[in-house]
Amino acid sequence: MKVLIPGPLLSYTRSREVDATGATLGLLLSSLDAQYPGLKFRVVDEQDQLRHHVRFFVNGEQVFELHHALQPTDSVQLVQALSGG
Amino acid sequence: MPRAKARRVLVQVATRKGAWLFHGDAARKTWRVDGPHFLGHVVHHLVLDPRDRRTLLAAAKTGHLGPTVFRSTDLGKSWKEAARPPAFAKAPEGQQGRAVDHTFWLTPGHASEPGSWYAGTSPHGLFRSSDGGATWEPVRGLNDDPQYRAWMGGSQDGTPDGPKLHSILVDPRDAAHLYLGMSSGGVHESRDRGASWAPLVQGLEVVEGLDPSNIVFHDPHCVRLCPTLPDRLYQQNHCGIYRLDRPSTQWVRVGKAMPKKVGDIGFPMVVHPRDPDTVWVFPMDGTTVWPRVSPDGVPAAFVSRNGGASWKKQARGLPQRQAWWTVKRQAMTCDAGDPVGLYFGTTSGELWGSRDEGETWASLAAHLPEIYAVEAGALGR
Repeated sequence: MKVLIPGPLLSYTRSREVDATGATLGLLLSSLDAQYPGLKFRVVDEQDQLRHHVRFFVNGEQVFELHHALQPTDSVQLVQALSGG
Repeated sequence: MPRAKARRVLVQVATRKGAWLFHGDAARKTWRVDGPHFLGHVVHHLVLDPRDRRTLLAAAKTGHLGPTVFRSTDLGKSWKEAARPPAFAKAPEGQQGRAVDHTFWLTPGHASEPGSWYAGTSPHGLFRSSDGGATWEPVRGLNDDPQYRAWMGGSQDGTPDGPKLHSILVDPRDAAHLYLGMSSGGVHESRDRGASWAPLVQGLEVVEGLDPSNIVFHDPHCVRLCPTLPDRLYQQNHCGIYRLDRPSTQWVRVGKAMPKKVGDIGFPMVVHPRDPDTVWVFPMDGTTVWPRVSPDGVPAAFVSRNGGASWKKQARGLPQRQAWWTVKRQAMTCDAGDPVGLYFGTTSGELWGSRDEGETWASLAAHLPEIYAVEAGALGR
C-alpha cells in the first residue's frame, strides 16, 4: 500500500510516498523499518506507544493503535503533529 | 608537572537546533567552523572519542521524532544512525513501561576497552555500548533495581526539561569503577561495572527543610573526576560546590569560600587535566524563583588553585553588565593544552574561549542556537 511520509522522516526514505505491506499498522511500520532502518523507533517508542507528536491516518481517519488492521488497498499517512504552531 | 604536547583542538558544540564543530590550530588562535550538523535536531551531547580521535557520537532527537544516536568515524564528514539506540526493556503486558525521551549524556568507556561507551537518559536510565555506539544495552543493575527505581522518582523530581542521568565517570585505573549523577537522585558509585550501585551523598546539602537522608532530594548538577588524581572528585550541586577525596565518603562544601554576593550555585564544573587542585565553576542566580541567569547580569567564571580553599573571579573580556545568560552543566569544558584552554557555551548561543586558563576570554562564535553542551578534544597523533 502507499504510505505518505512526513518531512522529518525524508532523511530515511528520500521520498514523500513509499510502498510497504502489513496486516496492521504495527506490521506496516516494521516493514518500513526493514526498508529504512531506524525509522520505526523515531515514531514508536520501546513500549509500542505512538510518539506524542506524530499522527497516523488510514484512508483519512486518524488511528491510535498499532494493532489497527489494514487492507492492501488502504492509504496510510504519517503526519507530524502541528504541535507548537 | 610535565608540559603537554601542543595539539590541534576540536571543540564540539551541541545545541537545541543542531551541532557544530570548531577546528582550532595548536595555538588555538584560528578556528574553522564545520556545521550545522543535524540542523533542527535537539542535540544534547556531541562527544569525540579520545581513544581514536576520529569517532564522534551525537545524542539527538527532534521536536516530533524520538531519540537516537548518530555516529561518525571520520570527524563528522559522514554519519550513521545507531542500529539500536538506548531504549528501556519492553514492560510485561499490563505493566507501565519506561520510554527514553532523550539521551542526555555520553561518556567514552575505559581506554582499555575501545568501542565501549555509556549513555545517560531522560527519564533516568544508564545504557552501555560495546560496539562504538551502534547498539546499546540497558545497564540493568541500575535501571531495574527496585530501590533505584524508587530513588529515580517521577517527572516532578527532575529538571524543568525532565530528569537527567549525567556525569557518568569511568575511573582511569579501573574500568569496573564507575560514578554517575542523577538530577535528581544523587551521586552513586559502582565497583562492578554497573552490576550494583551505592549512594555517595554524605555531606551534601539539600534544599532547606528537606531531609538529606532521602536520596530523592539530592541534586548533583555536574560531577567531575581529576584525571591525574582519580580519587578526587569535584561537584557543582544544586546546593553548593563540593570536593570529595576517596576513600572518604564525606563531601566537603568548598563553595563556602566563594564570594557571598555570588554564591556557589551553578551548573558546570571543570577540572584541570593535570593539576587536581585547579577547578573552574560558572555561578548563576539560584535565588528566589531560580532565574538561572548570571548573578546580577554579570557573567564570570571562578577558578580555585587550591582545591576550593579560595576562589578568584575571571571575567576579563566577558560582558560587564546586562548579560542575562547562563551556562548549562555540559556546556563548559577545557582542553589538555598548556596553558589549558577553556570553553563555554551560553543559553543565548555564544561560544566563548580562553587560551590562558580563564584569565581572558574571547567570543569564538555568536548567534548559535541555545547551547546545551561543549566538549573539547585533541586531534592528531
